[in-house]
Amino acid sequence: MDVSALTIKQAKDFLETKGGSSEALVSACLKRIEDQNENLNAVLDVSTTALEEARAIDQKRAKGESLGVLAGIPILVKDNILVQGWENKACSQILEGHRSAYNATAIQRLKDAGAILIGRTNMDEFGMGSSTENSHFGPTKNPWDTKKIPGGSSGGSAAAVAAGFAPVALGSDTGGSIRQPSSMCGTVGFKPTYGRVSRYGLMALTSSFDTIGPITRTVEDAALVMQVMEGKDPKDGTSVEIPETTIPQLMDPSLEGLTIGIPKEYFLDGMDEEIRRLVMNSVSVLEAAGAKTVEISMPHTTYALATYYVLLFCEASSNLGRYDGLRFGYHSSGKNLFDTYLQTRGEGFGPEVKRRIMLGSYGLSAGYYDAYYRKALKVRTLIKRDFDEAFKHVDAIVTPTSPSIAWNLGEKFADPLTMYLSDIYTITANLATVPAVSIPCGFSQDLPVGMQLMGRPFDEHTLYRIGMAYQNATDWHTRTPNT
Amino acid sequence: MALSLEEVQKIAKLSRLSLTEEETETYKEQLGSILEYVQKLQEVNTDTVPELQNALDITNVFREDVVEACDPTVRQNALNNFSNRKDDLLEVPAVFEGRTE
Repeated sequence: MDVSALTIKQAKDFLETKGGSSEALVSACLKRIEDQNENLNAVLDVSTTALEEARAIDQKRAKGESLGVLAGIPILVKDNILVQGWENKACSQILEGHRSAYNATAIQRLKDAGAILIGRTNMDEFGMGSSTENSHFGPTKNPWDTKKIPGGSSGGSAAAVAAGFAPVALGSDTGGSIRQPSSMCGTVGFKPTYGRVSRYGLMALTSSFDTIGPITRTVEDAALVMQVMEGKDPKDGTSVEIPETTIPQLMDPSLEGLTIGIPKEYFLDGMDEEIRRLVMNSVSVLEAAGAKTVEISMPHTTYALATYYVLLFCEASSNLGRYDGLRFGYHSSGKNLFDTYLQTRGEGFGPEVKRRIMLGSYGLSAGYYDAYYRKALKVRTLIKRDFDEAFKHVDAIVTPTSPSIAWNLGEKFADPLTMYLSDIYTITANLATVPAVSIPCGFSQDLPVGMQLMGRPFDEHTLYRIGMAYQNATDWHTRTPNT
Repeated sequence: MALSLEEVQKIAKLSRLSLTEEETETYKEQLGSILEYVQKLQEVNTDTVPELQNALDITNVFREDVVEACDPTVRQNALNNFSNRKDDLLEVPAVFEGRTE
């Protein structure tokens, strides 16, 4: 069967009403990965038990047993989300030889719903990067043009979905790592509100920003996967009880009664004019569907990038302290414990990770803590207040997802600061802990462009509604690359 | 904001990272330019602004202090990840030099 442009909804239809088998579905995905992954390096390895699991679901279905909402649906998983028995490494050498002891809660819930986990996807080491070039296993290529980066850090997941390897791949988003690669690969990337999906089993980068979310072709599919993963988990103290999502309500194709804000700070002079044009065209589509739009101001946006990176450096340097070479992963024995730490970490971490750990150690060290870490926490409050104020007047905010289309492999690799600037539109949602989604909204120079929608905390509903209305009115998400 | 080589070496030590001479030189430039960029935050007056640690309205999530059994498979998997072990114990070099036990 042809899975190149398959959605979860179509796959469910194939399994539930057309008599199709999960075995056929999973085989087709694995075949496509086998044929095309060599060009893209989006998938690190595939599950050896996926077909067996698919057949088990088929047998249950044949017997008329009750099945979960994702029964038999193939799904790829970013390498920093633990799947019991898998060699999860977050694409770092420092986790060489590591095998995951347990399942992340999100993974357990997907398995309980019958999803078939078919493989691990490539990423920037520990999520540190915006191009998937910082992987110990080599860069992922963009399926639309293999000379281009796919974005990052969930570049493997976004490239895999764009290339039709699976209808859905999980990503993680700390500052845009689901949305920015989705923008560059022409997929839907959904970052939930912090706290909606348990972080248990997600390798920590920046604990106060990290989220798990789906990369799909449609917003409707993203909502379906979210429904399975979300909810309170005793193993993550920051996860919250949330009201049950009611997908059928989302089918209202009209956006009457909704007000969408266009923040002027995200549309400054000097921005990419083609991206501006495509996003503003999308705004017209939303207006035609009944939404009211209004210009708003979020004055602290200009400080968001510096705030984000200071907090990321500090939290990451602390979180990555656990990689000591003793309990799991890479080990380089020195003449004493201190030297073992130095060697293990010096040899095991890649350059970007070392850079960020050192910046964090600096920002948290005596004499600098107030000027960096504490200062950034305060500016974060101001950025959050910008959002609180905006959401008094609007139901959602629309912006570009990324300031540029996919760039050439290697182009920004030597200049970390330029690389950081590519996250400028996505980091604010993590700082303010609001939900956000990137949706394909056109092409510039034959490469995908994404529009970003941000909503009130825990109001994913409104984003689903706007996103579905937009995708009902457009066909960007149905385009596929010629891979 | 230029950093000296000594500062980079000090940060690397705090971070428990061995660096080559070449790496130290590269990081000196790169860390300096990034620190210069984030100086931008000093422009903002935050005298009366509280810190935001967590935007959720959650404080102190407690549970009863009781030992819960670990799934035997999970336990075995965790043990298998140890770099050095004696039976079910993790073997590590002595923490304090001169101490042998």
